[in-house]
Amino acid sequence: MTQIPLVQISHLEKTFTKDKGIFSPFRFNKGKFQRQQESVYALNGVNLTILKGETLCVVGETGCGKSTLARTLMGLTPPTSGEIHYLNDRIDHLDDNQRLLYRRRMQMVFQNPYASLNPRMTVYQTLREAISFHNPQMKRRNIDEKIEGLLNSVGLYADAMDRYPHEFSGGQRQRISLARALSVEPEFIVADEPLAALDVSVQAQVLNLMMDKQEEQDLTYLFITHDLAVVEHFATRVAVMYLGKVCELASRETLFSAPKHPYTKALLSAIPRLDTNAPELIRLSGEVPTPMEKPIGCVFQARCPDATPRCFSEPPIMKKQKDGSSIACHVHEEDQTS
Amino acid sequence: MSLLTVKNLNVAFRLGKQELPALMDVSFSLDRGERIAFVGESGAGKSILGFSIVNLISKPGYIQSGSIKLNKKEIIGLNRRQMQEIRGKRIAMIFQDPMMTLNPVLTIGQQLVEAIKSHTNITYRDAKNIAIEKLLSVQIASPERRFNQYPHELSGGMRQRVIIAAILLLNPDVIIADEPTTALDVTIQAEILQLLLEICKKNDVALILISHDLGIVSKVAERTLVMYAGRIVEEGPTLELINDPQHPYTQGLLNALPQMALPGQRLNQIKGSMPSLADRPSGCAFHNRCPYAMEKCKDQQPEFIHSGISTVSCFMIEEMLEEERNAQEGLL
Repeated sequence: MTQIPLVQISHLEKTFTKDKGIFSPFRFNKGKFQRQQESVYALNGVNLTILKGETLCVVGETGCGKSTLARTLMGLTPPTSGEIHYLNDRIDHLDDNQRLLYRRRMQMVFQNPYASLNPRMTVYQTLREAISFHNPQMKRRNIDEKIEGLLNSVGLYADAMDRYPHEFSGGQRQRISLARALSVEPEFIVADEPLAALDVSVQAQVLNLMMDKQEEQDLTYLFITHDLAVVEHFATRVAVMYLGKVCELASRETLFSAPKHPYTKALLSAIPRLDTNAPELIRLSGEVPTPMEKPIGCVFQARCPDATPRCFSEPPIMKKQKDGSSIACHVHEEDQTS
Repeated sequence: MSLLTVKNLNVAFRLGKQELPALMDVSFSLDRGERIAFVGESGAGKSILGFSIVNLISKPGYIQSGSIKLNKKEIIGLNRRQMQEIRGKRIAMIFQDPMMTLNPVLTIGQQLVEAIKSHTNITYRDAKNIAIEKLLSVQIASPERRFNQYPHELSGGMRQRVIIAAILLLNPDVIIADEPTTALDVTIQAEILQLLLEICKKNDVALILISHDLGIVSKVAERTLVMYAGRIVEEGPTLELINDPQHPYTQGLLNALPQMALPGQRLNQIKGSMPSLADRPSGCAFHNRCPYAMEKCKDQQPEFIHSGISTVSCFMIEEMLEEERNAQEGLL
């Protein structure tokens, strides 16, 4: 496979600042008024490269910043610092007009198909808006043909065109979302938990459809999910995120056969598997903390079963391993050297 | 001794002059301390069943016929007061979204104390002690602090723990858990399931788990009932059912799991989708999605038969068993 990097994310940071009204940020401290703001560090220096034609899955628990990553990548929220490159162009600082060019090439599918489709527009209107916006000179007849083709290709019939989103089931709505994303012929699709609202059997339908489309149109996916069973089936490479940082990046085979980061191990042990000889559950104490302070040391320190004093003082750096995966963990590193 | 027996339960929704059947001839029994699970896609009627058992079906839905017996006492047709005695005290329910279950304007403590005081006659201080003790028993750290917090200050997993604590206050005989972990992360999900399992084993509480995820079901339930379009289509011991599913729908559900296909291969999807209440197909409701459908599936409802592994309602299985029997007789 050709390994052309399609999207490069480097040192991406995003901080949300909590604004508590005009006066509340000022606090009286040591004889002085001080402006005090609460910040949430959603992304703490994410480095990722997405290769052309692959499916990169980003996994992690709620609050680890995976959705923020998707939204920042798409330009829906501006990053605080860091760079995003699409092929050779830097795209993180573009204004809306400049971004249009890239919107055509990268599209997004959202988690909740009930919220991401306009309830007052028929399927036809929804799809036509996208197509005619990006192809202003396209003839009406061609647009109609294209919409029909799109609907067929996602397994819906032409009679779906004049119906409203509420007339469809969750799985069908997610197909419409996908059709809308595909309508501008993008090369890159960011899917933010597209299966979370769906039943197992419907998940299978949507997942199959996404795989078909990838083969047909040579798509690249950034697939965000917390369902590791889906990841195991679908991903080319997997990035595990925790508290705004990527802590392990590996090919699917390596990640599932030889997970290295203690967090990845715990995540893998939590998949409810059907076979009885599943690995024993590694219990993590507590839940993902809200990143209100920039953590000193490793982000996973508070819940890590193997944490050493070094983990509390010094942040681990992503290091390439022999088998091609990268991992940021002191404990693993020390095990290797000793 | 069966604790809860449901016989031929029929629940329908009135829509103008139409009657839309939501549950048809649902029968099952639950022993003391037993853990069973209902699985099926959205629209199969699993949640309706859960609501029917605690008589929380609201208009336009109503129980047409059937009987639900708790400890041999009929509970259909009880009045509001009598039903309140059963709800919470005998049968408790956990819902999918813990944020919707907890009252957002009351603290955790107020809600727990209210629950205790409405069913028993004790002082506030005693009630508070019980509440804190129960919070501790569901592994909530620093329960005194949590006692004074509001639901929005807790995470999803923590909220679900509070609900489980609330349920334990009154020592129920049966817990109905309706997709208790759907809104939670995998790691939290694993912990909540573990907690539920421990609690059921420790207190000898029976559990009815409602889920669409067979992976979860296999971890918790001893017996599994598969529902499709308002009917139970297969019932059997969980592990055997998963290793050797009989009904084509159960097979479909299992095969659709990502772990059942090789990585990168297409998943085995069940074609089509669950029919809505208004247009349930005649005969076996699954016939239009079934890969093995025969002529008679279209207009006849298959009876329940024992296949050796599970109790299943499917003509194909019926014929297969008959052939086997004939073959054996031929041999004799």
